[in-house]
Amino acid sequence: MSEIYKQTLSELVNNIKNKKISSEEITKSYIARSEKSKILNTFVTSNFDEALKQAKNFDKKPNFNLKLPGIPIAVKDLFCTKNVKTTAGSKILNNFIPTYESTVTQNMWNEGAILLGKLNCDEFAMGSSNETSYFGNVQSPVDENLVPGGSSGGSASALAAKLTPVTIGTDTGGSIRQPASFTGTVGLKPTYGSCSRYGIVAFASSLDQAGPMSQNVKDCALLHNVISSYDEKDSTSIDFKRSNYSEQLSKNIKGKKIGIPKEYRVEGMPKEIEDLWQKGINYAKDCGAEIVDISLPHTTYALPTYYIVAPAEASSNLARYDGVKYGFRSKGENLIDMYEKTRSEGFGAEVQRRIMIGTYVLSSGYYDAYYLKAQKVRKLIKSDFDEAYKKVDAILTPSTPSAAFKIGEKKDDPVSMYLNDIFTVPVNLAGLPGISIPAGHDSKGYPLGLQIIGKAFDEQNILDIAYAMEEKINFKNKITDWWIK
Amino acid sequence: MTIDLKTIKHIARLSRISVTDEKAKKLAVDLNSIFDFIEKLNELKTDKIQPLTSIAETTLKLRNDEIKSKNIREEIIKNSPEKNEDYFVVPKVIE
Repeated sequence: MSEIYKQTLSELVNNIKNKKISSEEITKSYIARSEKSKILNTFVTSNFDEALKQAKNFDKKPNFNLKLPGIPIAVKDLFCTKNVKTTAGSKILNNFIPTYESTVTQNMWNEGAILLGKLNCDEFAMGSSNETSYFGNVQSPVDENLVPGGSSGGSASALAAKLTPVTIGTDTGGSIRQPASFTGTVGLKPTYGSCSRYGIVAFASSLDQAGPMSQNVKDCALLHNVISSYDEKDSTSIDFKRSNYSEQLSKNIKGKKIGIPKEYRVEGMPKEIEDLWQKGINYAKDCGAEIVDISLPHTTYALPTYYIVAPAEASSNLARYDGVKYGFRSKGENLIDMYEKTRSEGFGAEVQRRIMIGTYVLSSGYYDAYYLKAQKVRKLIKSDFDEAYKKVDAILTPSTPSAAFKIGEKKDDPVSMYLNDIFTVPVNLAGLPGISIPAGHDSKGYPLGLQIIGKAFDEQNILDIAYAMEEKINFKNKITDWWIK
Repeated sequence: MTIDLKTIKHIARLSRISVTDEKAKKLAVDLNSIFDFIEKLNELKTDKIQPLTSIAETTLKLRNDEIKSKNIREEIIKNSPEKNEDYFVVPKVIE
């Protein structure tokens, strides 16, 4: 049996069920490794003592019928966890201790998982490099001073560094898939309405979805089984028949039609990405899939649409941070002054920028020109996918237009940072599921990912395609533990 | 279109974010470059398109108006930065 922290989630579950290892041993293994990995800055809050206590309790009275029996898991610090500080990577929530639990995390604890800690992320999930966090940027285990992607950067980094066997993130415009791609891990953005948004710090409510991040597709399916549920506490949660994703997982994708959208061949796309995509197409063919050329004509309008819709919703959602009911408060001469100082000191630059954009596009005289326009274009983008899915079962694209970049490289140019999400944003706008799987390396040895986009509620199909392709790709992570001295 | 400093300060006021002149200048540069990027949408004719207002194509469910959480006053007030017994405290509003 290999060292505990090196095992996949599925292996850990099997080994614990066969009584080869205990929850305490697993928990200790991850804690020890996390203690040696502080330089990566993945944890905002650790829950190690409590986790150990819970692990010991589990071992005393184990329930092996659960899906995550005694498995310690760290989660993105955007999920409210009862009695454990939840910051959303922001100064404004630095002292916030939720009195309730998010549905997605509750689903995990109900299946036997144990909270290991809260993972760093871009402030309010706004960012593509984990550089906007109040708690400092996260290092990627792939290389020194490399960004892990964002906004679920702490989650991706902790997962790739094997500080947690699996994790969960949230994805509003690519925040699960892009960091998964940058770190050589698997990340699934489920269909809008599949995972409850209850208890997740809100960013853009019509786009936000929680999803699993894992070392391989099987683990991804296993965790998705646990977190996806209908929840009456989220008015946009959808009551559809969820399949048993991990049990039904199949590599047989013979005859599936996979679409290749020509508009994703964007100008200036590095040859490495083009080659990776072609490799992916060949692998899909090897698996017996049929490749079909398709068109998503409004792709180029997705990012501008996103940068109206998401900030508009964010400006509205973040209006609640007023220094009165919870969170940071600054002193002010009067009520308005207190609000303004609280928000200007409590929010970081990117969050303030997006609140301002959102406020502007919703303000009197500009609403029709920007917000309404964006909602109409969003309709066109969704219709593109509806048309395409008359011809194909899934769509294959690169996950990102480049591999990970160095910390600081794109920090001062918001638009160039936004371009990172060019292949992932359309999926959120259309509410579809998308999965990123590791598929190769660039010339520097940095991971590159492929994205498989599915029809709404068709997670099983894209998991199957990912599972089949994963075997052909046979990706090997090149992470060397350089940060452990 | 360019967003001038006066507009920046107006949006900041609406956003309840205090800005110094220096910060307003920086925000003007950033917002203008972002809006240049967003202007691309004007290439599209959308007069006859219905806006997409909700991605989940379901009608909202009705539920009974029942109280489900009781006696949570303490929990609600717990995280408040300034409180007085059962009340949130804010700077004086009425003179």
